[in-house]
Amino acid sequence: MTYDIKRGVSLYSFQNDTFLGRMNLEDCIRTCAEMGATGIEIIGEQTFWGWPEVGVAPEKIAEWHALMAKYGTTPVCHDFMLDYKRYKGQPMPFAEQVASVKKDIEFGALLGMKFIRSLVSVDPEVLVAAAPFAEEKGIKILLEVHAPLHFDHPWILRHAEAYEKAGTDALGFLPDMGVFLYRYPRVWKERFIRNGVPREAADFIEAGFNDRRLAEYVVNDVMLKWGPGPQMGMVETLRHNAAFSPKRMLDFMPRIHNIHAKFYEMTEDLVEFSIPYDEVFAVLKQGGYKGHICSEYEGNRWVEDAQEVESVEQVRRQQLMFCNLLGETMPQTLVA
Amino acid sequence: MFDHRIICEEGFRNVSDAGEVTGFEFLARLPYYRGLGLSMVENLAVTVDGEEIPREDVRFSVRGRSWTLDELETCYDDRWNFGEKATITVKRAGGLPAGRHKLKLAERLRISYLPFVPTTTFETELELAA
Repeated sequence: MTYDIKRGVSLYSFQNDTFLGRMNLEDCIRTCAEMGATGIEIIGEQTFWGWPEVGVAPEKIAEWHALMAKYGTTPVCHDFMLDYKRYKGQPMPFAEQVASVKKDIEFGALLGMKFIRSLVSVDPEVLVAAAPFAEEKGIKILLEVHAPLHFDHPWILRHAEAYEKAGTDALGFLPDMGVFLYRYPRVWKERFIRNGVPREAADFIEAGFNDRRLAEYVVNDVMLKWGPGPQMGMVETLRHNAAFSPKRMLDFMPRIHNIHAKFYEMTEDLVEFSIPYDEVFAVLKQGGYKGHICSEYEGNRWVEDAQEVESVEQVRRQQLMFCNLLGETMPQTLVA
Repeated sequence: MFDHRIICEEGFRNVSDAGEVTGFEFLARLPYYRGLGLSMVENLAVTVDGEEIPREDVRFSVRGRSWTLDELETCYDDRWNFGEKATITVKRAGGLPAGRHKLKLAERLRISYLPFVPTTTFETELELAA
């Protein structure tokens, strides 16, 4: 099957730098463009102060388009949040949730996005109700399939059934590659040790994960052997992460339109320590995937207590890995 | 994330009203990769030198607007933006004496997609600005 995999970056990756004011929006866009990663994904409310409760000034939208033109980048996806717990003690009413999604559809369209990302916990009926408006605006709403959920989870299957029944192309999926966690991330382990987990317990938990043991067994063993403490927080990650197979994406390929290339640690030899990107790309090619794969660096929160977060370098390495896996010539700026 | 950055290093000082020192203030940020509507900020618990400050003595301000913590809970038209430095003001007659103080902040935030309401706590020692 012919595929068309394009490289992109979610500006989530640079959150440390933008939070601290070390990079502004233009710095982010230029950095991506220099890496030849021309697809840009954002979390709307991270990039645009004021969204959604206050709104965004037209000048800010104009600046966004000017930056896209200046650096030859393409808007790909606006990740929206839908705060259905806005009212304490009572969930947001259904009609208001739909109206909120419609607002994000409009915002996405205003930014020139093709997709908006829904959190996995959003009710399928809310998205189905918003779908006709999305069609009208030329937007697809993509449910982020994110750990601990996965493509065989009944909640995801319920979404898939609802989309089929609605008979619309405006609803789809955006898998996060963290679902395919083949090895316990080294940066997680080291952080838990710094938080006070005995090294022996950390080794045990890591081995339990890597041996694909049922989380409940490992949790029980750790409780018996080491008792309560930070090790219970570490072993809890086994309940929320697992080594599902990238092949599970194949059945859903017609509705997969964007991908979060989640990563925790790109090593110097250009591999992700825990996520099998060679397999991921093989499956995407086999399934004829057409769309962007956007870097999403999430090692930041695991190392920030011990070292400077090197977001740009980490993204650069992942983009180099993408070039290798796609047989692309690496832009000179990436190699340097 | 950003747990160790929720209390800013600058901006810790006494505040006065009509020539009288009425309390102190400091700058704080969210421990989060996005912003949050104010109604979802459930609590900002301040402790100074081991003394817990009553909730009603804490005020939150951004961009010239100011709220009590109870008022925040029903504020639906403003936000605490990503990385934005908010001013946390504590009512305390006479403020704090000059010198270093242990300042602790616990931010309790209602995050829609989380099955629990997380609290992020950070404690640091800061020099009161003159």
